[in-house]
Amino acid sequence: MKENYNVNQEGFYGEYGGAFVPEMLYPNVEELQKSYLGIIQSADFQEELNQLLQDYVGRPTPLYFAKRLSEHYGAKIYLKREDLCHTGAHKINNALGQILLAKRLNKTRIIAETGAGQHGVATATACALMGIECCIFMGAKDIERQAPNVARMKMLGAEIVPVHSGSKTLKDATNEAIRDWINNPVDTHYIIGSVVGPHPYPDMVARFQAIISKEIKKQIDGNPTHIIACIGGGSNAIGAFYHYLEEQNVQLIGVEAAGLGIETGQTAATLALGTQGIIHACMTTLLQTIDGQIIEPYSISAGLDYPGVGPQHAHLHKTKRVHYASVTDKEAIKAAHFLSRTEGIIPALESSHALAYLDKMEIKSTDKIVINLSGRGDKDLETLIKTLP
Amino acid sequence: MLIDLFKNRTTPLLNIYFTAGFPQLDSMPKVLKTLEEAGVDMVEIGMPYSDPLSDGPTIQKSSEIAIRNGITTDLIFEQLSESSSKIPKVMMGYFNAVYQYGVEKFCKNCQKNNIEGVILPDLPIPVYLEKYKVIFEQYGITPIFLITPETSEERIRYIDDCSSTFIYAVSSSSTTGKGTGIKSAEAYLERLQAMQLKNPILVGFNISTKEDFDFATQYAAGGIIGSAFIKSINETQDLEKDIQLFIQSIRPKI
Ligand SMILES: Cc1ncc(COP(=O)(O)O)c(C=O)c1O
Repeated sequence: MKENYNVNQEGFYGEYGGAFVPEMLYPNVEELQKSYLGIIQSADFQEELNQLLQDYVGRPTPLYFAKRLSEHYGAKIYLKREDLCHTGAHKINNALGQILLAKRLNKTRIIAETGAGQHGVATATACALMGIECCIFMGAKDIERQAPNVARMKMLGAEIVPVHSGSKTLKDATNEAIRDWINNPVDTHYIIGSVVGPHPYPDMVARFQAIISKEIKKQIDGNPTHIIACIGGGSNAIGAFYHYLEEQNVQLIGVEAAGLGIETGQTAATLALGTQGIIHACMTTLLQTIDGQIIEPYSISAGLDYPGVGPQHAHLHKTKRVHYASVTDKEAIKAAHFLSRTEGIIPALESSHALAYLDKMEIKSTDKIVINLSGRGDKDLETLIKTLP
Repeated sequence: MLIDLFKNRTTPLLNIYFTAGFPQLDSMPKVLKTLEEAGVDMVEIGMPYSDPLSDGPTIQKSSEIAIRNGITTDLIFEQLSESSSKIPKVMMGYFNAVYQYGVEKFCKNCQKNNIEGVILPDLPIPVYLEKYKVIFEQYGITPIFLITPETSEERIRYIDDCSSTFIYAVSSSSTTGKGTGIKSAEAYLERLQAMQLKNPILVGFNISTKEDFDFATQYAAGGIIGSAFIKSINETQDLEKDIQLFIQSIRPKI
C-alpha cells in the first residue's frame, strides 16, 4: 500500500494530529474545519492571495545558486531565499493566507503567538494591511532575545502581551494565545504560526507554505537530491517538502535544534527524544515526563525552542519518509558566520541549523542540495555579534 | 454512589474542585475528609498538568505548585487508597496525563478507589467513543462532558445522549476563574433548563459566593466551585479551618 503523507478526513496523519480541544474551543475549531478548504480553494481567495504574494511579499523568492558555498562543499548548493520575503521570513506566507480567511469568517480581532518574533511581525503586518486589531503573545525571555522584532511589532500597531509562565518562551506564548481564544470565541481568529495545534491548522498552514516547494519545482532543473530545512513546529520544512513528498528519490531532511546537545537535557530536539502525546490540542511527538508533564525545551534559537513538532512531521518521521537530524547551538552559530562571510547573506539562527547540517552529511559531487533559508538574521545580530570569530 | 446522590437530593448539590498535591504534597486525604465533614456533596479531584489550557491563573498556579511538590498520577491513587473518605468523587484532568498513564490502568485504578466519573475536557467525544468507551465501561467509569453557552442545541442533545451521570455546564465561554459573573449566564441557564435533558446538570465557572451558588442552582441540580475554593486555601496556615470557613460561607450550617 502506498503511504499517505497528508491529512485524512478526521484530521489525522496516521496516528498523529486530531483536535484535542476542550468544549470551549469546539465551535471555533469546528467552524474552521468545515470552512477552510472551501474558502482557500475558492477562485477569489486564490486570486487575492496570489496578488499579495507577488506584489506585497515579493514572490516568487529566488532559488539562488550559492557558488562559493558550492565550491566549498564540492556539490551544487541552492538557497531558497525565504529570507527575502517582506518581513524577512517565510512566516508571512501563512499570515496573509490566514488573515484573508479570517476576513471571510467576519472576524474582527486577530491573536497570535510568536517565538522568534517573525510570526508576530508577519501577523502584525498582515493586520496593519487589513486594518484589523492585533494582539501578539510572546514569552518574556523571547521579548528580551528578539528585541528588534518586538520594536517592529510595536511600529506596526500590534499589542504585545508578555507571557511569564513556564519557560517564558514559545510554548507558553501558545498556551496564552489559546486561553485568549477560549475567552474570545466569537470575534477572534487565532493565526497559529506553524504546522501545529488542532486540526485543521497543521494542514491549513502547510497549504499556505507549500508555495515554497511549488516554486522550487519551477526553478530547478530536474529534481534536487536533497532538501534541507530547520524544524521548530515545522512549517518552513513542510513548505519546502510538500510537493516532493511523493518523489522518493529526493531526500528530505529536517533539522531540529539540539541546544547544548541532545544528551544534556538542554535541548529542543523533539523527534530525537520525544514520545507520543498531546501538546496544544494535537496528538504528536513531544518532550514530556513519563507522567505526561511537558518538559521545558532549550535552544539558542527562539523559533526552534518548542517541545513539540507538527503532527505531519511525527508521521513523516515514523514512516521514515523524512530524515530528522539535530544541530547544536554552537554548530548553528558557526554556520551563520560561515554563510555571512562566504555568500554575504546573514541567516536567521533558525535557518542556520539547516545550513549547519551540510557539515554533517556525506556530500557527493553530483549532489544538488536545496537549503530552505527560512529567514534573515537581522533579529539575531545581538546574539551573533557576541560570537564573532 | 453518584447516581443515588442525584436521585435522592433534596437541596442543590455542592461539588468542590481541588488540585491534588496542593497546597502540600499530601494534603488530599485531609482535604477530602474536611470537605466531607463540612457537608460537601461531591468532589472533583484535579490532576495537575504543566500546561492547563482551559485554566486561568489560579488553577495554573495550584497545578504548578502541586507538580513542584512532586505529585504524580500514581501518588494520587496511592493517597486515595489511604483516604477513608466516602464522599463521591470524580477526577478531572487533561487527556495527556491519562494517555501517558495508560487509559486502562487509569480506569482500573479509578474503579479500585471509588472514582465513578472522569472529566477530560480535551478528549474529543468521537475519539472517546471509538477508542475508550469500551474500557471506561469495563471498569464502570462514566465520562462527564462539558457544554458551554456557545454549544449548539443539537450538540447539547448529542452530549446528553453520550452522558450517563451528569453534564458539566460551563457558565461562560472562558478559562476557569475568569469571574465574568454568573448572572450573565441567566439566559443560557434558562435555555438549558427548558431543554429538559435526560441528565442532570451541574453548573461550573463563575461561582465563588453563596449568592452565585444559589443563583446557578435555581436552574440546575447543583454547582461546582473551583478557583474560589483554591484561592481560599492558597496561603492557608490552617487547612481544615479555612476549608470549613469557606464551605460555611457557601452553605451556612443551620
Ligand atoms: C526564520 C525562521 N525559521 C524557522 C522558524 C521555525 O518555525 P517553523 O519550523 O514552523 O518553520 C522560525 C520561527 O520563528 C523562524 O523565524
